[in-house]
Amino acid sequence: MRHLLSTKDLSREDAILILDTAGEMAKTQERENRKLPTLRGKTVVNLFFEDSTRTRTSFEVAAKRLSADVINFSAKGSSVAKGESLKDTAQTLQAMGSDGVVIRHSASGAAARLATSGWISSAVVNAGDGTHQHPTQALLDAFTIRRHLKGGEAGEGLDGLTVAIVGDVLHSRVARSNVWLLTTLGAKVVLVCPPTLVPIGAETWPVDIVHSLDAALNGYAIDALMMLRIQLERMTGGGAAFFPSPAEYTRLFGLDGSRLARLPQHTIVMHPGPMNRGLEISAEAADSPRSVVVEQVGNGIAVRMAVLYLLLAGEEVA
Amino acid sequence: MTGAVMAAPDIARALTRIAHEILERNGGADDLVLLGIPTRGLPLARRLAERIAIVEPSFDADARSGGIDITMYRDDLGRQPTRSIGATTVPSAGIDDAIVVLVDDVLNSGRTIRAALDAIKDVGRPRAVQLAVLVDRGHRELPIRADFVGKNLPTSRSERVSVLLDEIDHEEEVRILRSEEGGAK
Repeated sequence: MRHLLSTKDLSREDAILILDTAGEMAKTQERENRKLPTLRGKTVVNLFFEDSTRTRTSFEVAAKRLSADVINFSAKGSSVAKGESLKDTAQTLQAMGSDGVVIRHSASGAAARLATSGWISSAVVNAGDGTHQHPTQALLDAFTIRRHLKGGEAGEGLDGLTVAIVGDVLHSRVARSNVWLLTTLGAKVVLVCPPTLVPIGAETWPVDIVHSLDAALNGYAIDALMMLRIQLERMTGGGAAFFPSPAEYTRLFGLDGSRLARLPQHTIVMHPGPMNRGLEISAEAADSPRSVVVEQVGNGIAVRMAVLYLLLAGEEVA
Repeated sequence: MTGAVMAAPDIARALTRIAHEILERNGGADDLVLLGIPTRGLPLARRLAERIAIVEPSFDADARSGGIDITMYRDDLGRQPTRSIGATTVPSAGIDDAIVVLVDDVLNSGRTIRAALDAIKDVGRPRAVQLAVLVDRGHRELPIRADFVGKNLPTSRSERVSVLLDEIDHEEEVRILRSEEGGAK
């Protein structure tokens, strides 16, 4: 592996290697001294063209726990705001000696462009590009599911499990990343969303699609229920362009106490954050013992440590 | 000299002797923890723990042996393709104030052991660290020596020492190979 751009081109073998490595990383994070010397002398640049405190902080913590130096480069107030192109920004970072670039961009394909353009020699990690992919989020979701439902054993996939992804699939790179990764790992994916939020081409994906949460609860034995955030900021025309009212969305797709009670006892409830409490998830569901939302954050650090290790620790590819 | 240098009975005798030497040196099995270095140090640590438990019935081989992966502490990470990380399993009681016996199959440059000492430091603060190896082949590059040695094996740098163990290789033997023949070490 040279870059991590998309979960679609990740083999099962590589995905499991990342999850197993993350398992060992997670163990080191339970120690009194959580810092490892592994990436000493390496420099990781967090190149964030879109605001994201959670993901950026998670990558920053992961890199620092491996002793890498971290440079945070955000678009606001930087040369990018003055009109610098991605190419010029990338070459500037290259000149500063970056070994790895973690990029978040509002344009789908930005990470792949950076990785394949020949502008830089750094390893590139996609931390979210438009509505395309967010691979480390999917990997941390898979890690969390494996830990809870497969005992977290090294070498295991997610075979035989059913994962429902509920909500704003159209605008969700998290959903796209998860569809491919979870399928590669052997799980069955069910998408639950209004017809207006089904992406074009989704009929060719290896998934089932249903149009109400109740239909999903009745039709499938769900092992993990992944609630997505309604991304109003990406909806041209606002939420009203996609569903009649927030109240109706909540009635058909929101997870509340009574729907939570209908899930099998072992089922876990996930959310990539930040949560819109009262819209896609009720406070009762978000705070229930079956919600693993807070644990997902901790697992995100372990997974990002694993990715940075696997991409940056080995000899540089000439 | 190439070919087999230790057969299964030789390995068994060496391990039994080392187990006794560990007990003798430390005046018993109190506070002993055996940590193997992956890959072949793991079964060797386990076998030593079992032998110690035979002599000292109060010693619980399961609770007092484990493994410590050193991959993330190596000094040559950037010179080789990325290595996958092995499992670290430290006894639940920890290693603070314990006498840790590191166990590996072959002692060569000493760099693995240096990395292991760094790895141990991050897990706890043992009272002492000792080193047991099945084979010492020389060619040290660091001021490190073993406390317990199964067999001293003078080799040339062009030779390789390959340790095969039942648990991993389904074979039990120590061989010297010319380097072009390959081998574990």
